[in-house]
Amino acid sequence: MEDLIRAENLGVTLGGKVVLEEITFSARAGDLTGIIGPNGAGKTTLLRAVLGLVPVQKGELTVIGVPSSRVKEIRPRIGYMPQRQSFEQRFPLSSADVVATGLLSPGTLLRRIDNKEKKIQTALKSVGMAHLSSWPFQDLSGGEQQRVLLARSLVRSPALLLLDEPNAGLDFPAQQSFMELLQKLKEKEGLTIILVSHDLISIAAASDQLVCINRTMHIHGQPADVLRSPHLDEAYRCQFDFLSSTGDKERSWH
Amino acid sequence: MSDILAYSFMQRALLAALLVGTLCSTISFFVILKRLSFLGAGISHTALGGIALGLVIGVDPVLTGTIFAVGTAMSTGYISRIGRISEDTVIGIFYASGMAFGIALISTFKGYYPELFALLFGNILSVSIRDLLLMGLSLGLILIFVLLFFRELLAICFDEEMAEAGGLPVNLLYMGLLAAMGLTVMVSIQLVGVVLVAALIVIPGAAAYRLSKNYRIMLVLSLAVGLTGSFGGLIFSYYYPVPPGATIVLVLALIFAVVMVLKPLHERLRQRFPLIKRSGGAR
Repeated sequence: MEDLIRAENLGVTLGGKVVLEEITFSARAGDLTGIIGPNGAGKTTLLRAVLGLVPVQKGELTVIGVPSSRVKEIRPRIGYMPQRQSFEQRFPLSSADVVATGLLSPGTLLRRIDNKEKKIQTALKSVGMAHLSSWPFQDLSGGEQQRVLLARSLVRSPALLLLDEPNAGLDFPAQQSFMELLQKLKEKEGLTIILVSHDLISIAAASDQLVCINRTMHIHGQPADVLRSPHLDEAYRCQFDFLSSTGDKERSWH
Repeated sequence: MSDILAYSFMQRALLAALLVGTLCSTISFFVILKRLSFLGAGISHTALGGIALGLVIGVDPVLTGTIFAVGTAMSTGYISRIGRISEDTVIGIFYASGMAFGIALISTFKGYYPELFALLFGNILSVSIRDLLLMGLSLGLILIFVLLFFRELLAICFDEEMAEAGGLPVNLLYMGLLAAMGLTVMVSIQLVGVVLVAALIVIPGAAAYRLSKNYRIMLVLSLAVGLTGSFGGLIFSYYYPVPPGATIVLVLALIFAVVMVLKPLHERLRQRFPLIKRSGGAR
């Protein structure tokens, strides 16, 4: 399968500070790639580089066959779900209104959006939220809000989906339900997903490969291999024990 | 009531209340959603420097005040973005500096400047045809901007990062919104003055925000609150010897207080007697 993202010795400097350097990995089409690393590791910056929102100063980054300098041209093919704190929770929009914001692009400026309602309803249906399309967004539970935001990132039928800590702030059942939904979308729609998360156990269970960074590249590969690797301890600057028995992973912290 | 319309100065004042009420209520909608309330106060106080400068150098103070107001609004947005400083900090600096500049210039005045006092405390009863044309032109320009880019402005207010990721010209649209805000503040200064203008661009949206979970209804309510405050305050000041700028702001504040009291009661009633029940589904 082709690689939808290919990064080679990627380097990003923001305001004179090196945020990412020598990041090398690739994400195959149809795979779910988990990005892990401690706070401040540059995970969100990596997603923003893939979106073309921050300039790449060193190395090469290719997204859906296009170099990072031209990513703007293919933005409609990339779905993005930022962290929850980037928006006002009490904003007076319905679920459908929130999804509609995902349809806006430079191409829709001063223009009517074709089949707008159909696209919104299809996106909401794909995340199991069509029945609450007219419901105020602020009255939804945290898990439901995340589903609506996921629908917003899916409304343009992207080939690549970038999710920045979608499980943050959710209770365990809501996290589980969201991860199951991602798996379903991946299998049914053939979506390529890049998922940033702090929850090592659930991201490892869901991912086809893990990429561990802390400003630089630490390790990438099969989830089980990454979790057993001493490079993971190096990246987090602490020691993990991952006990693998009958496929279940448990974690203890020293 | 009909005696109010018998005077031409009151006809002009009512028309000014309609124009400025509509303008402020529309901008107030975005001010609240984008959390720019403090910027309104900052712009108006900085405009004082522009007004004083106009009077000193013999240029129309409304023109210099407008340049200062729009310049402050756009500079705040620009500096906070490129300098990674919070908007509150930048506004705090402009607020005090603009005011200090104005006070320094005013201290050099010799004699009495009625225009200065009109702009400090507002004087809607002395609104001229030229002022009305300026208000109408400002309202027209801002309404065209808002109508053309309403969806995009709403998306930026909701989640700027997502809007940027979608490829929208976020900085350009945000600067446009700030410029519209600066222009609105300066036009409204003639109604209620530098000191009180912030209330006009904050209270309508804030009251509407408390009342509605739907942005369309919020916009309509913002207009209703803004126009009620503008007309109500003006009519009150016609019958009672209180400056119209003060009565307009007091009526708006009263509406907000009523909303604050009634909203929790309404919520409790709604929870007890829900009109719409949720259907089942994912949680």
